[in-house]
Amino acid sequence: MKIFGYSLYESSSAGWKKTYSPLGGYHMIRSELIQKLADENPHLYQRDVERIVNTVFDEITGAMAKGHRVELRGFGAFSVKKRDARVGRNPRTGESVSVEEKHVPFFKTGKLLRDRLNGG
Amino acid sequence: MSDKTLTRMDLADAVHSQVGLSRNESADLVESVLDHVSDALVRGESVKISSFGTFSIRDKAARVGRNPKTGEEVPIHPRRVLTFRPSHLMKDKVAAGNKS
Repeated sequence: MKIFGYSLYESSSAGWKKTYSPLGGYHMIRSELIQKLADENPHLYQRDVERIVNTVFDEITGAMAKGHRVELRGFGAFSVKKRDARVGRNPRTGESVSVEEKHVPFFKTGKLLRDRLNGG
Repeated sequence: MSDKTLTRMDLADAVHSQVGLSRNESADLVESVLDHVSDALVRGESVKISSFGTFSIRDKAARVGRNPKTGEEVPIHPRRVLTFRPSHLMKDKVAAGNKS
């Protein structure tokens, strides 16, 4: 099966799939994460596993929307960074446009995960 | 903008109240979610959570760095770094929620 020119491999077990990313290597997607958790916790309803995973990510987004920081030791920290207002330029026309001050999400990898990525 | 910091415990509390599992089990499940994401990244996979964002791994080449204090040259070994690219939805929510 091909999607956008990349081959898509679908596992026979319970319908999770691995997608090939344009950068090479595999992608893990939300549904696969849910499936792994469901496989490990057969006493939970699939519906509840979905809610658990969604709650974790929604809480992080919600906290940042309130300007809070989310610190997950070993994994990393999500925070909000302020970008000052600036004069930007439309790259096509060269026209100046003022860009308002804005806040953007930021993630810093935790030490343990950074070390694990490098074979530590 | 307030300086409140959430931790695993807050995520576990949210799971506890949203799903109704015990605090203990909620904490274990939050940990499992983070572990699965970490393990995939360590295997070299990127992790794409729709409407949240994408964690991906990049290989950095070796280069010569410099100790900014002493000016001394130090070799920086090739290494893998993790980058997080927030989804548009997250960017919009964070921008809207922090508007002054």
